[in-house]
Amino acid sequence: MSAPILEAKGLKAYYGPVQALFGLDFVVEERGVTALLGANGAGKTTTLRALSGLIAREGDIRLRGKPIGALSTEDIARLGVAHVPDGRGTFVDLTVDENLRLGAYARADGKDLKLDFERVFAYFPRLAERRRQQAGTLSGGEQQMLAISRALLTRPSLLMLDEPSFGLAPMLVEEIFRILAAINRDEGVSLLLVEQNASLALDLADHAVLIETGRVAMSGSALAMRADGSVRRAYLGY
Amino acid sequence: MSEFLHQLASGLALGGVYAIMALALVMIYQATQLVNFAQGEMAMFSTYFAWKLMDMGWPYWRAFFATVAVSFIGGIVIERLIVRPFANAPVLASIIVFIGLALIFNALAGWLYGYSVVSFNTPFSGRSWFGNVYMSAHESGAVLVSLAVLALVYAFFRFTSLGLAMRAAAQNPTSSRLVGIRVGWMLALGWGLAAAIGAIAGMMAAPIVYLDPNMMGGVLIYAFAGAVLGGIDNPFGAAFGGFAVGVLENLMGAYVVGSETKLSVALAIIIGVLVWRPYGLFGRRLVARV
Amino acid sequence: MARADELARFATLAVFAAGLAFPFLASGYHIYQGAQTLIYAIALLGLNLLTGFNGQISLGHGAFFAIGAYGTAVLATKAGLPYWAAIPLASVVCFVAGFLFGFPALRFGGLYLALATFALAVATPQILAFKGFEGWTGGFQGVILTKPKPPFGLPLTGDQWLYLVCFFSAALLYWAARNLAKGRVGRALVAIRDHPIAAETMGVNAALYKTSCFGVSALYAGVAGGLSAIAVGFVSPESFGLALSLSFLVGVVIGGLASLGGVIFGALFIEFVPNIADQLTMSFGESAKALPGAIYGVLLILAMAAAPTGAAGALRMISKRAAGALGFR
Repeated sequence: MSAPILEAKGLKAYYGPVQALFGLDFVVEERGVTALLGANGAGKTTTLRALSGLIAREGDIRLRGKPIGALSTEDIARLGVAHVPDGRGTFVDLTVDENLRLGAYARADGKDLKLDFERVFAYFPRLAERRRQQAGTLSGGEQQMLAISRALLTRPSLLMLDEPSFGLAPMLVEEIFRILAAINRDEGVSLLLVEQNASLALDLADHAVLIETGRVAMSGSALAMRADGSVRRAYLGY
Repeated sequence: MSEFLHQLASGLALGGVYAIMALALVMIYQATQLVNFAQGEMAMFSTYFAWKLMDMGWPYWRAFFATVAVSFIGGIVIERLIVRPFANAPVLASIIVFIGLALIFNALAGWLYGYSVVSFNTPFSGRSWFGNVYMSAHESGAVLVSLAVLALVYAFFRFTSLGLAMRAAAQNPTSSRLVGIRVGWMLALGWGLAAAIGAIAGMMAAPIVYLDPNMMGGVLIYAFAGAVLGGIDNPFGAAFGGFAVGVLENLMGAYVVGSETKLSVALAIIIGVLVWRPYGLFGRRLVARV
Repeated sequence: MARADELARFATLAVFAAGLAFPFLASGYHIYQGAQTLIYAIALLGLNLLTGFNGQISLGHGAFFAIGAYGTAVLATKAGLPYWAAIPLASVVCFVAGFLFGFPALRFGGLYLALATFALAVATPQILAFKGFEGWTGGFQGVILTKPKPPFGLPLTGDQWLYLVCFFSAALLYWAARNLAKGRVGRALVAIRDHPIAAETMGVNAALYKTSCFGVSALYAGVAGGLSAIAVGFVSPESFGLALSLSFLVGVVIGGLASLGGVIFGALFIEFVPNIADQLTMSFGESAKALPGAIYGVLLILAMAAAPTGAAGALRMISKRAAGALGFR
């Protein structure tokens, strides 16, 4: 296995004076999929925010060996880390097309834009139909597709998603996870996935990290986590 | 009737000035939720700069574009150095800083250029265009320049990537950062643009209201009124509001309150709109977040 | 803590005594300047209550000052009232005006209130000069008043008497403001400023407090305006423009938002800085006219950079740190 694309050691995070993460250690392998699991309020969203530099953080965070713990959010994004936040972060007053164009805005290589758009519309044909529509009028599922597409247009090496299944119908969720798998497999994009739906996440992931109140409770391969009795009982419901 | 049309027409000329000033105010408001109280004094200072260049022999249009460019840069510098440090301070602090900025520009203009009224050239000479009986050549020119500015700004924001990025940064700074937009610099660019637009407004107004350090005080109030009337979060509504205020001010001044009390019209518009329809004619309902 | 209180009380008494003795130690023009300083201090007290304690930004308090001044002038010249009746009456008018303005102000909130009061300040001279009111206000010419003479044949000069009137008015109004600020009302005002929604849910009738605060602060400005009218002996539209309202803002910021004691520093500042600039004009020519504006502008920005919540905020911060260091967390 090659070097990890993302490595976090002793990750701490703060909301103002309140500490929310107390020293996390985990990795995302190159071309791999890591799932962050845990109950509500465990600190999963906080972890992604810390990695993106949206909140105050400490610790050793490295992207392909390069430290990013002191960089601003936009600089981290420009290094190829795409973060699809909880709530999707759509620009609700702009059209679908404008949202997508913004994904491509900061790219170093401006060429092949047309190809990228075609690829994205191949994954999500429904978006092509709604290009001129205002993003705020899309359904929840369509907004999720839009958010993922926008992230893809930044040509990321690492795609971080916060609860992609949230509020979506099961069939839609399956479709999205299928597409995420395709993105990982065919384009080599590494994934860091935050999910409350542990079963879905463990199907997709190679590695899993279980977070409880801001600390790593358990980590290992997805298969091992699936088989583990306590995880099954607490998070998989059987 | 002809007098009425004349008042209407010259109201449009100053209305154009108010419209683009209102646009500048709303641009900054959309990005920062703040109104730049120093916009008028900055515009006045830019106008004096142009005047100085022409005084030194520069031809009008060269001085015009040089002033616009310098004002653009000046706006960026001011945002980075003076406005940025107060980004997270309470609203009152920022307002006081803007007032301070206004006082400094006013004092600088007085110190560098003196307090006596000077006349400012217009490139649109002659009595009128197209045999137009209702507007002087400068008034016609001013309206055209204002419309041109509005069109250019619209095109910039609608059709260019940079304009799109600036819109995004104003609407949703967090998501903008996540796609790699340098939100801080977008803000600075917004200030630069607003300062440039203000300079144009000042140079269009000066031949009409004459140049002295207090020239833009009244203009700023009318621009406020226009922005509030049109909807303070809608740039083109605000521009419309500016034209409307220009015409209203002129008509009320000619027929109702007398030309020396025209400012009370602006005051009445501001208070009236804020009381009865705070989001203006074209703005959106403001929702207070608990 | 008792020692700090004692110290404060001693300081206040000392200042009071010094102020009382002043007109008997200084000469003519300086006494007049002293009176002007006290007049500004009264206006600043009012503005501080509104903006410092209650957080409502007013960039237009010059308008209420003008109502007090013109009201006094009109009552004195048209109705023949003596100044000690005209000024309180004009101030009541100011209270009503401020209270009424407070209602739309409720809907505005911070930024828009600043905008509206800014427009008010700029429009005031034009409104005062309005031809329609000329019969009362004298249009551009303004109104002349007679200066007050010392009563009962007291052995005082006109200037000294004027100063003492201003002094005792200021002392009384300061005492009233202090009691207001320290008591329940003051706490309510501050609560409304800092946590408006929480204050409402705790039963504070925010609307009533805010409009009343506007009224009271307008009343203070009105008293100051009235005193100014009899001190100068003359009112005219140009004296009540934007510059006046901005001077008040500067005075409150320099003295410290929500610091009543600091008001005297603010008043001294706005009285003497233009004076010094005037004197410099004689040596350096017209460009020195720019000095007060430049100084005000720079100081406003520096004051906000140093302590965005003003001197009061800075003091609070310092006392918190001190308490922490001493183990009182």
